[in-house]
Amino acid sequence: MADFGGDLDAFRGEVRDWVEANFPAALKGKPNPMMREERGNPPTPDQEAWRKAVGAKGWGTPTWPAQYGGGGLTPAQGRIVQQEFTRAGAYNPIGGMGVMMFGPTLLEYGTEDQKMEHIPPICRGDLQWCQGFSEPGAGSDLASLQTRAEDKGDHYLINGQKIWTSGAQWADWCFCLVRTDTSKKHEGISFVLFTMRQPGVEVRPIKLIAGNSPFCETFLTDARAEKKDLVGPLNGGWTIAKRLLQHERSGLAGGGGFGPAKSLSQFAKEYVGLDEAGRLADSDLRTRIVQNEIEGRAFQQTAVRAMLESKSNAGPSAATSIMKNAGTRMMQDRAELILEVMGHQGLGWEGSDFTAEELGAVRGWLGGKATTIYGGSQEVQSNIISKRILGLPDLTQSK
Amino acid sequence: MAVLTEEQSMLRDAAKSWVQEKSPVTAFRKMRDSGVEVGFDAAAWNEQAEMGWAGVIIPEDFGGSNFGYLSMGLILEEMGRTLTASPLLASGLAAASALILGGSDAQKGEWLPKIADGSLVATLAVDEGAHHAPAKVAATAAKSGSSYKITGKKTFVIEGPAAGLFVVSARTSGKPGDTDGISLFLVKADAAGVTKQNLKLADCRGVSNVSFDGAEGELLGEEGKGWPVLEGTLDRARAGVAAEMLGAALQAFDVTLEYLKTRVQFGQVIGSFQALQHRAAKMFTDLELSRSAVEAALQAIDAGSPDVPELVSLAKAKMGDTLHLVSNEMVQMHGGIGMTDAHDAGFYLKRARSLEAAFGSQAFHRDRYARIQGY
Repeated sequence: MADFGGDLDAFRGEVRDWVEANFPAALKGKPNPMMREERGNPPTPDQEAWRKAVGAKGWGTPTWPAQYGGGGLTPAQGRIVQQEFTRAGAYNPIGGMGVMMFGPTLLEYGTEDQKMEHIPPICRGDLQWCQGFSEPGAGSDLASLQTRAEDKGDHYLINGQKIWTSGAQWADWCFCLVRTDTSKKHEGISFVLFTMRQPGVEVRPIKLIAGNSPFCETFLTDARAEKKDLVGPLNGGWTIAKRLLQHERSGLAGGGGFGPAKSLSQFAKEYVGLDEAGRLADSDLRTRIVQNEIEGRAFQQTAVRAMLESKSNAGPSAATSIMKNAGTRMMQDRAELILEVMGHQGLGWEGSDFTAEELGAVRGWLGGKATTIYGGSQEVQSNIISKRILGLPDLTQSK
Repeated sequence: MAVLTEEQSMLRDAAKSWVQEKSPVTAFRKMRDSGVEVGFDAAAWNEQAEMGWAGVIIPEDFGGSNFGYLSMGLILEEMGRTLTASPLLASGLAAASALILGGSDAQKGEWLPKIADGSLVATLAVDEGAHHAPAKVAATAAKSGSSYKITGKKTFVIEGPAAGLFVVSARTSGKPGDTDGISLFLVKADAAGVTKQNLKLADCRGVSNVSFDGAEGELLGEEGKGWPVLEGTLDRARAGVAAEMLGAALQAFDVTLEYLKTRVQFGQVIGSFQALQHRAAKMFTDLELSRSAVEAALQAIDAGSPDVPELVSLAKAKMGDTLHLVSNEMVQMHGGIGMTDAHDAGFYLKRARSLEAAFGSQAFHRDRYARIQGY
């Protein structure tokens, strides 16, 4: 990494100049195409150019080590990159599950060769990853997964079915939990990587209640994972999976980005109106709205506090453990309140009788129901808080 | 827990060890059983004052240490844990804030050093009914020479029994509900026309209804324009109450959690039952959210931030809901033993309701938060 001698202002200037020189003006204020369902569409030349420019610099993953293609920056410098992108109206074109979940996990548990092979394409945004964890019979009880991996000398032969594989239809590679020992539960699971571009992998998108298909069923029939792509020890995959789920949960805590950006009270003012005293005309709704807004604000305050604490203590704060449940609960309540505020206009599915905002609210409400189910359901999160944070014991068989 | 300065950490540690050694819940129980009318232990209050706690927000020129409101909140949180009965909040925080925000140099010089050294207990006398409603001031002030004659009744005056000085809201114009026309006055408790009616409350703290019948009052701030100072003072007091509530809720939760890990029924500790585990997880979640809200309010006061009113109402509302939940669950999860006077659970339940009502309930603060947001 370049030596900026701790002079962050000089660094900021350099980032600003670079963004100005490299960010295509046509993309200003546009959302990241990779974060949307249309990512199946081929990228525009501008989108491609921006991804390549950021990828080459490593600034999409600013704090990852430079030797693997990351930016090699300090957290403070990383924040400056993010701030300068935001200032210019530029999205970070490097993202997805490779960045949010798999990359940080491989950096922690992978061998040098594995990191050299798999991290740089993530930093460049060349390859997209998907997560082969859940199975039809292994949801909240993830460790009961049955997908088998058979040792074939230089590779594993994989047979089974995964489900809720986010973005599998667009993914190039999969990080996957497989059973390599049937005599044990948690200690019989291994963490392997394989390409999705092979005959033994079949993907079928699942249509959800919101009408979209962000998840897939993934059928594995004699799929092949190379031996070199086993991460961690054989039968040692559960520890890695747990760590990866922590990365996933911290990413999901905000409620997964469902729902409109406008504030709930703003919607209420528009649809319900104020009485002569300047209060929302529906007092019951007003009470529930203010409770939700207070909850949302306290959630944001906790996110800030957890961040400052973990920086000062050099370790995660206990506050982190509550973020998924608190954030998803608040966002789901918010989505329901928005529909209630919109009344009949909050019941549309499609068509010009409804505004895009109204239709979006309905889809967001439905899509958001997934947030308390995936990434460790609300109930599993409560188990984790009560056992790991509060130290409450497991139930023993009653006599 | 907020990231603290070295000064704040030391203060917090000192408060924690003093409270645990000198003022455990048994000390409160002893005070209650002795029937002390002022509602706190005078010797313990002297120790607090000697450690400088009563002067934490008071400028150094007036005998304090000027450590700020987050520092004061840390002390109140620790005292809240063991239900330490003390005039610190009423005097060293609330009344001191009124003088700091609205007082002349002469008034500050006369009263703040006495508050800081603990020799004087001062308090706010601002409510007139069953609910906190600071603009509903019917009490009147009539100019009489260089001072004023105050007439009216004030309710639920915290630390009223021990108070030597009241900060009283009264109006020189307008009608109850108007914010214009309200002024603040300093009224000595031994002034002619002041009558205290000390209340016997479920939480056994010192609280009075006070009548002012032509009592002599000295104007604090500007005549008829006392509302901003009153609101600023109340917000500081509310943030302090929220800090005490945080401590009480944390301790109620810790005690309950310990019980869940030790009480055996059906051949196992009851904390292994998922129905209780998930309720514990919910309480922990709300406590974490509440801590963030309380600390953010105190920090905003220290920073002189313009969003103090909304952050304070946010904190008092959220903290109130959480304390309500935890204090109820404490009794329920303890079962029969939690219903007995010999157990501490009842103390937390009773104290929780007083703290929720003090300077605005959850309903008051939700309404205020919404109004600040324009709905």
